[in-house]
Amino acid sequence: MNPPAYGSVRVVAEQRREPLIPNGVMGMLIFVVTEAMLFAGLISAFTITRSSAVVWPPPGQPRLPFEATALNTAALLASAAALIWARRCFDRNRRTARLPLAIAVLLGAFFVVSQGAEWLAMLRQGLTLTSSQLGSFFYVIVGFHALHAVVALAALVYTWVRLQRGWLASSQLGTAQVFWYFVAGIWPILWLVVYR
Amino acid sequence: MAESIPVAPSPARAHDHEHPAEPGFIRKYLLSTDHKVIGLQYMFTGMAMALLGGFLAYVFRMQLAFPGIDVPLFGVVSPNEYNSLITNHGAIMIFWVAMPVLIAAFGNYLIPLMIGADDMAFPRLNRLSYQLFLVSALVLLASFFVEGGAFGGAWTMYPPLSASSEFNQTPLGTTLFICAVALEFVAFLMGGINFVTTTMNSRAPGMRMYDIPMVVWMIVLASILFMASVGPLVAGAVMLLFDHTLGTAFFDPQRGGDPILWQHLFWFFGHPEVYVVLLPAVGIVAEIITVFARKKLFAYKTVLYTAFGTGVLSFTVWAHHQFIAGIDPRMANVFTITTLLISVPIAEMMFVYIATLYGGSIQLATPMLWALAFIAEFLIGGVTGIFLGASGSDIYLHDTYFVLAHFHYTFFPIAIIGSFAAISYWYPKMFGRMLNETLGKIHFWGTVIPFNTIFIPLFVLGAAGEHRRIWDFAQFPELASEPLRNLDKVATVSLVIMLAFQAVFLFNFFWSLRRGQKAGKNPWHANTLEWTTESPPPHGNWKQMPTVYRGPYEYSVPGRDADFWPQNEPA
Ligand code: HEM
Ligand SMILES: [Cu+2]
Repeated sequence: MNPPAYGSVRVVAEQRREPLIPNGVMGMLIFVVTEAMLFAGLISAFTITRSSAVVWPPPGQPRLPFEATALNTAALLASAAALIWARRCFDRNRRTARLPLAIAVLLGAFFVVSQGAEWLAMLRQGLTLTSSQLGSFFYVIVGFHALHAVVALAALVYTWVRLQRGWLASSQLGTAQVFWYFVAGIWPILWLVVYR
Repeated sequence: MAESIPVAPSPARAHDHEHPAEPGFIRKYLLSTDHKVIGLQYMFTGMAMALLGGFLAYVFRMQLAFPGIDVPLFGVVSPNEYNSLITNHGAIMIFWVAMPVLIAAFGNYLIPLMIGADDMAFPRLNRLSYQLFLVSALVLLASFFVEGGAFGGAWTMYPPLSASSEFNQTPLGTTLFICAVALEFVAFLMGGINFVTTTMNSRAPGMRMYDIPMVVWMIVLASILFMASVGPLVAGAVMLLFDHTLGTAFFDPQRGGDPILWQHLFWFFGHPEVYVVLLPAVGIVAEIITVFARKKLFAYKTVLYTAFGTGVLSFTVWAHHQFIAGIDPRMANVFTITTLLISVPIAEMMFVYIATLYGGSIQLATPMLWALAFIAEFLIGGVTGIFLGASGSDIYLHDTYFVLAHFHYTFFPIAIIGSFAAISYWYPKMFGRMLNETLGKIHFWGTVIPFNTIFIPLFVLGAAGEHRRIWDFAQFPELASEPLRNLDKVATVSLVIMLAFQAVFLFNFFWSLRRGQKAGKNPWHANTLEWTTESPPPHGNWKQMPTVYRGPYEYSVPGRDADFWPQNEPA
């Protein structure tokens, strides 16, 4: 099937080959770049507003619980680490990936739930969407992140179910990984910028 | 002759068995995941929206030239209606015509065919993309019929006008407008993911990076540019929507917000957006001038790197839209410099095209006429941008008809001339028949001449100081002088003539579907892969998938009998 090898002919050695990066992972990577720009827009808008405010936090508004949310942050990062571990196991022997993947899911769920509890506490202290610039930005930025975290968590659960049934393809795990690393990786930045 | 090697079915083929042997009309044309059908869906929707956008322009131009007139087919134009018409004309032409036709329609139709793939990497995401796009168009149309009417705060949606219905008087119209734009962005995000992934992963064996036809590269770069710039605008749109509906104060200066913030978020997207639509048109023109000059594209790699560079640079110029919005004069200097810099790569691309034409055996078929018109007219648009980029002159010219004429001299060549070039060139592939040449030429001249007589008068009006957002100039006596009013009439009459000539195109388009001469596989003797399959291509595109042996522009190679050398032909 090889083309004739004379003249200036290019030798087409490869047939239709496996792509370097599987479709799903590549699509997710591109999506994540867009998402990163979305958060970059939000963060810069927040920073501009904050730096031009006379007093911050605005009068009558609570300070955001920077220290209390440190635990959540740690849980989310640990969950990403568990996912890295799951990938290692998956490449060696699929079935051993079950435990680390379950840990990643549980830590992620812990983050989402305790973050929700934090929100309720903030609402009780008088920080609402319309109470001040701080409230507006807080709920929009952190809300966007929460939305991503919930969707990504659902994807992780789905991945775990497929793994359990033995249907999980390597590229599917890869796709979920990219999304979850994004959710976990952007959080410390949001935390440092918004909460402090 | 063309020879191909059989290949194992690729994963993208897996959708084949979704289709029964003889799919019904709905499954075949409305729910198809075939990239060609989706491309045509985008194209027809875009054409319908273009007719609507043209109609809106006709109505408000009539009001400008003949204030208070009872406009045929519409009626008397009130100030609020005038604002809605202008706003939606701009938004429709950019988001529902230029983007869907240039990027989505041709991207979908051409990318798999030109890189030798059987379909997109994510066919079902692709179908969803079109469906969302259709919904976004319907939401926009719905905004005309709700209480208060359609949004009228300009396509740039500046707050505080857009942030409170107390000011804009269109409580629901504004909400629907923002939602429509947001939905449309999601649709294009899906499309963009598909275009980039497909081009990277599904190329025919043997097709290396520099063998990819220029139009494919340009659509891919445009998609990347779009996806990298749209995030901040989506963030801003959500904030604006919250300001408008939930009572937040992101952009309300009275409550600690910052209206200029919106302008930054908008133009950070808005300026790259102009290159998002420019690049596909530049790619289309590259395909056409090489075929109709029978010459290799001059400096392929230079064009490609230039496009990359322009893309990067386009993120650094946005504040040239805000020179009089109160930005720091030192910032204004920086943005003047970057803006003047960006005209260098654009000029370079134009020179490369002229070098490609130089010494070629030029055939003035209709697609070539459109391509040449693109180069000539876009040049005027680009050059007038320099006056606006220099902050000194822009302080005077800002928001006059000069700006308006500038961007129509860029957008019209891109969106209208570029689309007609592409449609007349790929029509034989899409429908298997040729368009009529005589009608094509009548339509060409009937479009391009009136286009110039619409917008040259507007340059003059703008230089005389006419502000671009005024409903009736009779209320501004210094601007209502007889000579200026007459120029406005020239522009309006030219517009009506140009719109009338579009009937020739529509007739040609639909008449040729049945009566046109049969096209065969390769009527233009072109090299790229789409011309190696049937016209129109079957589901799956090729019976035997092609293999690529050379670059796309090997025309008039010395020592060969034929003056073209298809990419899939072994030596
Ligand atoms: C790629 C083709 C181009 C397109 C599609 C385009 C489009 C536009 C549009 C739509 C506007 C007006 C926006 C509005 O206020 O509604 C505009 C304004 C402007 N353009 Fe362009 N443009 C192009 C090329 C250029 C170039 C090459 C330059 C400079 C060298 C330039 C400089 C400007 C400036 C400075 C303004 C702001 C003028 C003002 O509002 O006072 N443009 N352009
Ligand atoms: Cu600009």
